Amino acid sequence: MTAVLEIAGLQKTYRSRKGIRRALDGFDMVVEAGQVHGFLGPNGSGKTTTLRTLLGLIKPNGGRMAVLGRAVPEHLPEVAGLVGAIVESPQFFGNFTAKDTLSLLADAGGVDQRRVYAVLELVGLRDRATDRVKTYSLGMKQRLAVASALLKEPMLLILDEPANGLDPGGIREMRTLMRNLSESGMTVVLSSHILGEVQLICDSVTIIAAGRRVAAGSVADVLAQHRSTSTRVRVEPGIDLPAVAEVLRAAGAPQVTLEGDHLIVAGVDRPAWITWVLSQREVWVSELSPITVDLESVFLELTGTAPVDGEHRQVDQTALATAPGRGGWGQ
Amino acid sequence: MSLYRAETRRLVKRRFARWLLIGGLLVLTAVALGTAFTNRQVGPEQIAEAKATAEANYQENLRYAEQERQRCEQDPSQYGGDCAQLWTPTREDFSYTQFMPSTFDFKEKFRDMITTLAAILGLAAFVVGASYVGAEWTSGGMMNLLLWRPQRLRVLGTKLAAFLVTLGGLAVVLSAVWTGIFVLIANLRGSMSGMTAGAWQSTVLTELRAVVLILVAGALGFGLAALGRHTALALGAAVGVIIVFQFGLVTVLSMAQVPYAEAWLLPIWVMAWMNKEIKLQNYNGCDFSATAGCQPPELTLTWPMAGGLMAVALVLVVGAAMWTMRSRDIT
Repeated sequence: MTAVLEIAGLQKTYRSRKGIRRALDGFDMVVEAGQVHGFLGPNGSGKTTTLRTLLGLIKPNGGRMAVLGRAVPEHLPEVAGLVGAIVESPQFFGNFTAKDTLSLLADAGGVDQRRVYAVLELVGLRDRATDRVKTYSLGMKQRLAVASALLKEPMLLILDEPANGLDPGGIREMRTLMRNLSESGMTVVLSSHILGEVQLICDSVTIIAAGRRVAAGSVADVLAQHRSTSTRVRVEPGIDLPAVAEVLRAAGAPQVTLEGDHLIVAGVDRPAWITWVLSQREVWVSELSPITVDLESVFLELTGTAPVDGEHRQVDQTALATAPGRGGWGQ
Repeated sequence: MSLYRAETRRLVKRRFARWLLIGGLLVLTAVALGTAFTNRQVGPEQIAEAKATAEANYQENLRYAEQERQRCEQDPSQYGGDCAQLWTPTREDFSYTQFMPSTFDFKEKFRDMITTLAAILGLAAFVVGASYVGAEWTSGGMMNLLLWRPQRLRVLGTKLAAFLVTLGGLAVVLSAVWTGIFVLIANLRGSMSGMTAGAWQSTVLTELRAVVLILVAGALGFGLAALGRHTALALGAAVGVIIVFQFGLVTVLSMAQVPYAEAWLLPIWVMAWMNKEIKLQNYNGCDFSATAGCQPPELTLTWPMAGGLMAVALVLVVGAAMWTMRSRDIT
């Protein structure tokens, strides 16, 4: 497969009176053609900085980037016509209508004006095309932003939080749209915090934390690398759960945790072994289910951003942001 | 060319620009109507009427003087003891020209009308220029545009060019219409006498300087707002200049009896530009000559000096705006 987007060793440093902050610290990313690629990371991890740098809005301090085989930002004007993007929240001049907004962009980019109506239809704004943008809801502005990115029929579509503000129907429409665009040959890079959506529609993901890549690959591979061997065990009502846990521990279960009305048994390769051990003591299992790992749990584990009771995690506080000068305001 | 067309469309579509233009036109209309209603054409009938009024005034004042003289002779101590010192009116004191109705002498008065046009359009150009680029930055429109055309200097330069060409065209058309209106007023309510080919050439050159002044005002507003990426920066800078220079500095310099303190007033330079020169006098100094005695020294500000000042301001502001556009990150 051909790489549509390549980033290697990307660095971006911000200096201020508080010190130096490395927003990107040697970040790498590769997106293959025709994929829907999820770009994930906690707040302040460097996602938007990466996208802005890639699109020429921010100058990097180091590293290499290429879009559609051309080095950027040097050759960005040559490929800009093939890259549609929305970065962060949708921003438009409120007093213009959606039609005017897109028409002006089409003029600026030398795109056929007929595309304006086509993309407005595509994102469901046809009937509100002549309303001023300031009368739009956040979800409608989001749709307009996606329309503006699609206007030039890009080969690479970069969307930063496209589902932000959309209603459930809109989220589903957006998912279908991404899938259709991908099937038509377009490569989509999708930055989102709705990890369930990403897991549903993305072929591959890159996870960033504290300006560095912490995981990358197909969704299936990333999940497989963090496959859990935990099993949920329920027994018939009235049985003393702590005693059951003790039986399992005594039989050799590496980790048994009491969770309310059930047990979590970790480190056991064959769940049938649990049934066998308990049946020896005439304890009958009512539920034995492996705990499946999802993208959200992998994300929280890799980025170290899972909530902890009694603690208030700060924005730059991630698994990787412990070294001085990395992540938060350092030396 | 497509970007230039898009930017011209964007400028023309802006409601603020339209309303400000309409406001400026209303003020100009009020000036023209006021001039038309407060002036009358002068002919033999008006001269005869003025002469009759002057004679009546002379006779009335003669009568008053005679009454005063009689009172003085009765009690000279009330009048300083010398009744021969009392003023006796003469016919020369009551020239009929003082009683002539106001008439619009095109050759004499149209230059002030050009300055009025330049001041009103210049102010509007400054605000529209600032708002045109400032609103683009604050609404996110500039970032959207740069995603389409990742050529920062070309984008800002094209915006400035579209603005100045539109403004220049408008200024030329309005100058022509303004001239036509006052030719009409002069024909109906005044005189076109003395308008030789040379006088017309001088008028056209003054109008040309007015157009340049309007363009410079617009470019400065645009440049300041582009520099601060916000409309408010340009307006704040304008208010700052007015407060610091026009009131503060000149007041302090005047109190310190610094010669030619008025040279720090921007309107003085505008007058020098529009009227080709302006003479400032230092009333605290003395240029002694045997024939005329002590005369205040003079400083002459000429239109090339004013032009040089405008050029320096223009290069500094627009140059700084271009430099920051090229080098600053867009976040």
